[in-house]
Amino acid sequence: MKDFAALVTALDQTTRTSTKLAALAAYFRTAPETDRLWTVALLSGRRPRRSITASKLRLWAAEAAGITPWMFETCYPVVGDLSETIALILPPPRGDIVNSLSGWIAELRALDKADDAARRAFVLQAWDGLPPVQRFVFNKLITGGWRMGVSQKLMTRALAEATGIDPAELTHRLMGDWSPDTTDWAGLIAGHDPQAALSRPYPFALAHQLDLDPIDLGPCADWLAEDKWDGIRGQLIKRGGAHHLWSRGEELMTDRFPEAAAIAAVLPDGTVIDGEVLAWDHAARRPMGFAKLQPRIGRKTVPKRLLAEAPAIVMAYDLLEWQGEDLRTRPFGARRAILAGLLDDLPKAVPLHLSPAIAATDWAGLVASRATARDRGAEGLMLKRLSAPYHAGRRRGDVWKWKLDPLSIDAVMIYAQAGSGRRATLYTDFTFAVRDGAGFVPFTKAYSGLSDAEFREITAWVRKNTTERFGPVRAVRPELVFEIAFEGIQASPRHKSGVALRFPRMVRWRRDKPVAEVASLDDLKAVLASFG
Amino acid sequence: MVLEFRQAGIYCPAADVYIDPWRPVERALITHGHADHARAGHGRYLATTGAAPVLCHRLGEIGLQTLRYGEVLRIGEAEISFHPAGHVPGSAQIRVAVRGEVWVVSGDYKTVDDGLSEAFEPVPCHAFISECTFGLPIYHWPDQASLAAEINRWWAEVRAKGQTAVIGAYALGKAQRILRMLDPGLGPILTHGAITATNDVLRGQGIALPETIAVTAGLDLKSYRGAMVVAPPSALGSAWLRRFGPVSTGIASGWMQLRGVRRRRGADRGFVISDHADWVGLNAAIAATGAERVFVTHGYTAPFARWLEECGYQAGIVQTAFDGESLDMGEGAEVAG
Repeated sequence: MKDFAALVTALDQTTRTSTKLAALAAYFRTAPETDRLWTVALLSGRRPRRSITASKLRLWAAEAAGITPWMFETCYPVVGDLSETIALILPPPRGDIVNSLSGWIAELRALDKADDAARRAFVLQAWDGLPPVQRFVFNKLITGGWRMGVSQKLMTRALAEATGIDPAELTHRLMGDWSPDTTDWAGLIAGHDPQAALSRPYPFALAHQLDLDPIDLGPCADWLAEDKWDGIRGQLIKRGGAHHLWSRGEELMTDRFPEAAAIAAVLPDGTVIDGEVLAWDHAARRPMGFAKLQPRIGRKTVPKRLLAEAPAIVMAYDLLEWQGEDLRTRPFGARRAILAGLLDDLPKAVPLHLSPAIAATDWAGLVASRATARDRGAEGLMLKRLSAPYHAGRRRGDVWKWKLDPLSIDAVMIYAQAGSGRRATLYTDFTFAVRDGAGFVPFTKAYSGLSDAEFREITAWVRKNTTERFGPVRAVRPELVFEIAFEGIQASPRHKSGVALRFPRMVRWRRDKPVAEVASLDDLKAVLASFG
Repeated sequence: MVLEFRQAGIYCPAADVYIDPWRPVERALITHGHADHARAGHGRYLATTGAAPVLCHRLGEIGLQTLRYGEVLRIGEAEISFHPAGHVPGSAQIRVAVRGEVWVVSGDYKTVDDGLSEAFEPVPCHAFISECTFGLPIYHWPDQASLAAEINRWWAEVRAKGQTAVIGAYALGKAQRILRMLDPGLGPILTHGAITATNDVLRGQGIALPETIAVTAGLDLKSYRGAMVVAPPSALGSAWLRRFGPVSTGIASGWMQLRGVRRRRGADRGFVISDHADWVGLNAAIAATGAERVFVTHGYTAPFARWLEECGYQAGIVQTAFDGESLDMGEGAEVAG
């Protein structure tokens, strides 16, 4: 694992993409095949199943370091990463164990069947035989959550450089349901694995937010406009008699959405549809809002009650494969025409809808439709060039999201918590409140939207203005006012304020505003009444 | 109480003096020359002979009396003496004895010998007031020899690529420590103005440093491609850096132990070099005093005090005017690190 640890160190030591690319490509050229394969798996979020719980690791690490559990828990938020905390608090190693990356993974997985005593003995021995960076890697193999500052795109570029295979082809080969157990280097990267190919999704086409005047996009007739739906982007695949529903994050959601089975049952083999999974109000013929979909996301299987409360549909955007043929190079207009024809032939009760085209003869008409998107439960419009192929990844030019300006409200910060990872030493996670009578009521958290310099300044302020501490969270004097923007608002009995926001973030630190001028709970309820 | 904790700082009623006060007082005992310990505006100053040149350089004309390490001065009812703290050249712990009861204020200290500062000496006492900047068990410093090898290896790599290495280190102490770790055989060593000035003061008091070239407006930098530049951390993000062409940047600080901090600072390399004691050093130093009472200040005071209580000490926390965490290194401030 020494060479893999060296790779991790090399990636850590630079912020330059070119240096990262070179380090990765060199590793892919020289490392043993099984290690390479596992590296690709780890960098694309496929971690080995967890055989040891995090709480056990914390306990054993505290014991080995000769500290009490509370001290471990004090250190953890300071470091911001469990694997690193453990690697740092342990005494220096006495041994020197030599094992490969895949060798360690195999040994860890063999622990599945071992009892706690054997697991503990194995872990303690490993900790005592590995220098700090390898210890950190070893812990990461157990806990997962691997973030090495390498995007999947960068990894694919490095792989392409090392193997000479076209990056687009590699992107496609790396998608879908594979793990180093089900395939090998030759099957996945170099050759072709027909079994994996059946469930493999296409790389999603992603859109940029429109940052120019729509007039500059050319004639309105070259474009098709649709509502921008707010659900889970998905790809429904029907091949070889089986179906798969993938999220944009390449997670398999097939079991979470049994509705997909009803759709797949009426689709012929060799069909792949790109669309949005939405919780659908069949009576009102509009989406229920993202908050209704939320409880369904976390579950592996869905209880009947939820299926009835939040029935899902797939809102179809595009047809990527039809009758076993890859349609992606054909113009969007042609793909959409086949998709529309296909949907016309399906029984009406099938939970697969065609995302309606917004009728308009000119841009002014589309501007008007966009303004009323929230009334239809949408976040704005999508603009798609009718002549464009289906691109892999995010590209400017042929597909745009044209979201409505976010809603916003001024609120005061009442709690602050340090971030994690890169931001572990800064206070970046804040809880905001609105006025409620003489006091304040918290209504949302937000983490993003400010510059590093602003976070530094606020961090210094938080330290001087802490009124109480609850573990890593600090209550602060309610003085700093921020403008909080959000994409949607919904009633929520789980929150003290009675509302839940969609995508809340800080857009501005309102140094000019006194606390007396922040919004009240009544203001928030008024927003809920208008937009909920 | 031999010492009390007042608004202006740590106070000794028997001698009517303050130690490292942060508000102007009549008479101040100063542990070392860093800005958060040695402030302007006091009536009279008392410090070590080794700290005096830097104090005068920074504070100008001050009423300064000096003591050698171990020399005892009686002020009022108290016997005062200074003892090496190993933090920076001339830095001291201050021992105060009143009628047989001994208290020691650590100032900032580190227990490993850096080859530059006078090595830390444990001072037996009844009560010890200890800093704990790095008072958590996640902080363990690598040994100096391997750090020196790591820095020189980085410099050689950077030089081989035709770039210039720039390392950020506080002007007093850290910078000179690094200068003495560098291998002058690799190439020329350049210094930023703030560091040049401190070097002059330290050389003037007989501290040997390798040959350095001051970066001035007139210096022809083209002939120094591949050099090592030592600069204060604040210079790393500034326009000052542009004159060197392609550079690789490094920061030397104890905070570099944390991956998140290394990455957030945006430097190419982080070197775990601190002028403070690490977890093992703090615990060893406290044990070596034989003190029963320990007051902690500067750093992770709350968990460190709780830890000491569990180890059988009577522990307390000294509130300071500064925030205890100083985790986010102030830009260019001569503080913890």
